[in-house]
Amino acid sequence: MSRLLPLLGFLLLAALLAVGLQRADKKTELPSPLLGKSVPAYTLPALYEPERQVRSTELAGRPYLVNFWASWCVTCRQEHPVIEALARTGQVDIIGFNFRDEPEDAKAWLARWGDPYTLHLADYDGRVSIDFGVYAAPETFLIDPEGVVVFKHLGALTAEIVAQEILPRVAAMETSG
Amino acid sequence: MKRCWLTFCLVLLSGLSSADDPLVFESPAQEARFKALTEELRCLVCQNQSLADSDAPLAQDLRREVFLMLQAGQDDATIKTFLVERYGDFVLYRPPVRGNTLLLWLAPLLLMTTGALVLAITVKKRQVMLAADALASAQKGMDPDTRDLGP
Repeated sequence: MSRLLPLLGFLLLAALLAVGLQRADKKTELPSPLLGKSVPAYTLPALYEPERQVRSTELAGRPYLVNFWASWCVTCRQEHPVIEALARTGQVDIIGFNFRDEPEDAKAWLARWGDPYTLHLADYDGRVSIDFGVYAAPETFLIDPEGVVVFKHLGALTAEIVAQEILPRVAAMETSG
Repeated sequence: MKRCWLTFCLVLLSGLSSADDPLVFESPAQEARFKALTEELRCLVCQNQSLADSDAPLAQDLRREVFLMLQAGQDDATIKTFLVERYGDFVLYRPPVRGNTLLLWLAPLLLMTTGALVLAITVKKRQVMLAADALASAQKGMDPDTRDLGP
């Protein structure tokens, strides 16, 4: 038995490391403390009408997606077709939160790759992105009609996430509301 | 040419003095508080660096945020709560003791106790073994203390 002890120790350690490796890609993904809470209050200018200030209260009443993106964000371009496809379904409004970006760069990016968004707000200095706890781009939040954050996704949206996580939740809101 | 070098050096020096955080503190005490705080807060982008160490844009923004809150006279607890509400306990290098962090906090104690137990058991076993050895040698009529000294 005592001769087996080192082997047992090794196996335990190996198992521990294996579990750690399996979770390695998930480790950067942190649970958002915002889930289940009200969306942070914000007032931001619209990207295309800088004189128009949009308040979080204005958008309440129907579900919408908050999508933090920027022209410098490579992954945002990767997720762009998914946003386009989701917009085509017409199921949910998609509000682009263009953050830490220059308006000219943002507009050029949209002109080049297309603009499927319902509306764009400009968070130039990233203050609102801090209130949302954003630490990478893109990040996407689903807000229900009462203004509660019900889902968050870090990184590029995929067709699977839209089909399995976002659309069912939106559909549930419509039947309950 | 000489003047060229001089200009070059001056440009370099001016670059040094205007590092990316032009934070002006009211007092050395406030600066010390700022340093202590940002060293205890984690940068969310490069997760093994503190806010004080990291050069990521997010870390710079959060440092600015911490700085502004300090200037507004907020205490450390308020500033930490502000960040935890947005980024979760993960932002703290010293997370609070809770159900899901209990293992983290108790792990050193657990490991120490295990180590001490293993040590105690090993020592005990050896004592028993040595005693048995001594007894066996004594029964053979040999002095146990001289048995390894050779002929």
